[in-house]
Amino acid sequence: MLAFIVRRLLWMALVLFAISVLVFLIFFATPGVDPARQMAGRNPSAETIKSIKHEFGLDRSLPVRYGLMMKHMFITRDLISYGSHTRVIPEITSAAPVTLSLVFGAAIIWIVFSILFGVAAAVLRGTVFDPLLMILALIGISIPVFWLGEVVNLITQSRLHDSFLFSWVPPLGYTPLTQDPFMWFKQLIFPWLTLSVLYIGFYARVLRANLIETESEDYIRTARAKGLSERRVLFRHTLRTSMITFVSLFGLDFAVLVGGGALLTEVVFGLPGVGLLTFNSLTALDLPVIMTTVIYAAFFITLASALVDLVYAWLDPRVRLA
Amino acid sequence: MAVFEPEAEGIVFDAEETGGDIVGRSPWALAGRRLVRNKLALAALALFVLIVAVSFAAPLYSNYVADTDPFASNISGTVTLNGKTEPVLQQGGGKLGLGETPIGPTWHSKYFLGADNQGRDVAARVLYGGRASLEIGIGSALLASAIALVFALVAGFFGGWTDAIISRVMDLIWAFPLYLLAISLATVLLTAPNGLKIGFIHLSAGSLWVPLLIIGLVYVPYIYRPIRGQVLSLREKEFVEAGIAQGASNFRLIFNEVLPNVASTVIVLMPLMIATTILTESALSYLSIGVQPPQASWGTIIEDGQSLLYTRPWVAIAPGIMIVLTVLALNVLGDGLRDALDPRSKVRVKG
Amino acid sequence: MAEPLLEVRDLKVSFRTEDGIVRAVDGISFTLDEGEVLGIVGESGSGKSVTMMTVMRLITDPNVIYQGSIIYKGRDLMGLSRDAMREVRGEEIAMIFQDPMTSLNPVYTVGWQIEEQLNEHNDLKKGQARRRAMELLAQVGIPKPEQRIDDYPHQFSGGMRQRVMIALALSCNPDLLIADEPTTALDVTIQAQILELIKNLKREFGSAVVLITHDLGVVADVADRILVMYAGRIVEEGNKEQIFYDPQHPYTWGLLGSIARLDRPRARRLTAIAGQPPSLINRPQGCSFRTRCPQAFDRCRAEDPQLTAKVGDGHLDACHLSVEDKRERRDKTINPELAETA
Repeated sequence: MLAFIVRRLLWMALVLFAISVLVFLIFFATPGVDPARQMAGRNPSAETIKSIKHEFGLDRSLPVRYGLMMKHMFITRDLISYGSHTRVIPEITSAAPVTLSLVFGAAIIWIVFSILFGVAAAVLRGTVFDPLLMILALIGISIPVFWLGEVVNLITQSRLHDSFLFSWVPPLGYTPLTQDPFMWFKQLIFPWLTLSVLYIGFYARVLRANLIETESEDYIRTARAKGLSERRVLFRHTLRTSMITFVSLFGLDFAVLVGGGALLTEVVFGLPGVGLLTFNSLTALDLPVIMTTVIYAAFFITLASALVDLVYAWLDPRVRLA
Repeated sequence: MAVFEPEAEGIVFDAEETGGDIVGRSPWALAGRRLVRNKLALAALALFVLIVAVSFAAPLYSNYVADTDPFASNISGTVTLNGKTEPVLQQGGGKLGLGETPIGPTWHSKYFLGADNQGRDVAARVLYGGRASLEIGIGSALLASAIALVFALVAGFFGGWTDAIISRVMDLIWAFPLYLLAISLATVLLTAPNGLKIGFIHLSAGSLWVPLLIIGLVYVPYIYRPIRGQVLSLREKEFVEAGIAQGASNFRLIFNEVLPNVASTVIVLMPLMIATTILTESALSYLSIGVQPPQASWGTIIEDGQSLLYTRPWVAIAPGIMIVLTVLALNVLGDGLRDALDPRSKVRVKG
Repeated sequence: MAEPLLEVRDLKVSFRTEDGIVRAVDGISFTLDEGEVLGIVGESGSGKSVTMMTVMRLITDPNVIYQGSIIYKGRDLMGLSRDAMREVRGEEIAMIFQDPMTSLNPVYTVGWQIEEQLNEHNDLKKGQARRRAMELLAQVGIPKPEQRIDDYPHQFSGGMRQRVMIALALSCNPDLLIADEPTTALDVTIQAQILELIKNLKREFGSAVVLITHDLGVVADVADRILVMYAGRIVEEGNKEQIFYDPQHPYTWGLLGSIARLDRPRARRLTAIAGQPPSLINRPQGCSFRTRCPQAFDRCRAEDPQLTAKVGDGHLDACHLSVEDKRERRDKTINPELAETA
């Protein structure tokens, strides 16, 4: 196990390094692109460009430039948005709770419903419910989340807002949990549902496929031969082994969402999280912010994927003890 | 953004099983028979073909039916309906009686779905947008598959260091969150004032090739993985070993023996892949880092429609419905293809 | 004679498939007495595993069709409710499978898996189950059971895993143990050990055993009585001596010929049966074996031979040849030595 952890952490360090180099190359070494101009935002003054050139050592060699970028990003943490003239990193940390609220809630919904649908479809194989659930799941993964969000807004904020159904729905926005938990919940419930639709569809399909595959394993036959009840076979044997894939996928998707993958949902529902921050800097072409969110998110996701592998090893003794 | 996980959904083919003979019929013939029997998949294929045909007929629609230029603004234009002439942009249609509101769906040949806030015909734009979305979706899926195929063949066939290096690099790109990679590439390419020059290739920032290339590149590792696995297992097969023993060149073996055998995997992945790339394109365009004006795609039209959502919802709804239909059709088709070629479904329910 | 432990009467098992109905088991009947060891021999696809899986009611394929009855201790297992059948499975009838590599759940320790079965069928206190599991592991010859009980299946070798499977099967003292090709996936030396173990445990626990195999050599030493199956039917049934020293059906001759015999001249050490088993969807008219049978004659094409006692003394076979004909042809064409030994 120890060797496994060490190996995994070394790989993680390598990935982190590679990602930072890749981001650096994309932002600072794309042929035909002047990074100083790009960093400076729209209509920059000559001084701004000059100071950027100096700060990022744009007249110096590539390794030095890489070092300077990493220094600004992680040591001095003094990157400045040339659009809003604020420090980038505190902005990101203050946006993080919004994103976390959104992703946590959605994750709970999608875990519960995807397990429910996946297990139901697998158990009801041979009846009409299985294909029906799977078509629903397929529709779920075919809807662009930002469009679904717009439709939800159209219904709950406008068309049916005055009916008894949705009159309780507050205007778009975010209220911190600590300030008004009830409001927090009311403003987040539709974003949660919207964001989870895709994942419910995807996870239900994966889980069903896994359950059916596991069902044909010899050890499931052994479990039946032992005289166990169908319920016990399903929950302690089939589902338990199928959950290995489920859990590892979940870890990664969760990390990607926290790292800014909930961008589209945040934009549609006007939730001021990391994603909306990225989006606003995209429309303003505010490169320091984009670069920082990308690097921070990538680091977070890499860290999470290492964690997922450790959990995976814990769930599957074949990996753990290999 | 949709996560494309062929391995998670079990679309990994074992060369031995797909190559197996089933009661004297070739696996391809059997797969074809199954696909034909799968009415749902056929309907999906028909729907997809219909959407492609209609989208590519966009110029015909705007010239002969709507009689409008969907890319030129028409702020002061008028439209005649049932003998009455109305302005395309109406004053004070908003909640507070302020501002301008474009005309809503007329359900007639002109402004069938209404206008956007530039006074442009939404129906015609949705068709043109569909053309761009489909071009980018299909193009980037083909690009990603082609690159992945070349690397997978080289890595899987030569093994050793070649394989180790290529696979590690793919793993690294895989570890990079897909949409972050796309966002980074897109921002840099789109902010370059003179476009991108690599050798003799010159891309202007507004070109459809930019999103196509970005999306195509970021999906390479997702296709590379399953194909490489299959090439590796094929390499161990008797017919390839026999080829090596007979002194066939690597090149010939790859083209004559291995390539036809990985074809089924690529074919099955293709509809699912296009579904994913279309969704990705729409997301990037919605975030204004995909297709650039004056070009339109389904994603950009949804973005245009966002400000009109509560007054003229059709502007945003219509392209979304097109995306859902297209992606759903592709997903159903992909599922059907996989079932048809899936060796595990040898014994299946009759009727 | 006392009532048999198990009686299978005219059992038919078919599967609906895309290509038609596959008749995997096509009307077989046999009995098994308490404490008896029955060997069922046949090629893969002969229906031997499907038969015993049906006895356990372990076939989950929704496209299966059954006919016939399976009387166990006076009860028809086919008519039992699911819950009643669960009581039988594991507690009264236990099963060992072919591949020990995949028959144990990889995510649980072997101790957990044995304890699970003990707890399912007995009312045990905490710790009791674990102690019993450890005893069982010791009984099947696993060294240091107190340590290995917490190991996972993949930490055991194939032979050791099959021992664990046997411990699992014997945990509730079943009256009937079904061993489905228990040694096929193992090395030859391990095979002998596992067979020896089954033999000894059978004596110790007093269970009846059904040993399914494609290898007549495996049952030679262990079985009291042998059924030879071909294409879903029994083609010959008899005790060990009858099958080995006076085989009646040409298919049995073939099986005997395919046991490697080092006591023979090199050229005749191993003979294979030519051809493929028939399709179970469109069974050829007449005898199923005639397409591969060197002895086939006109009647074999026209008429399906029935399983009858031609030799007498509980020795049954399904072949149109007369006993004299068979003995003569057998001795001449297949195994000249058999004439001397018989």
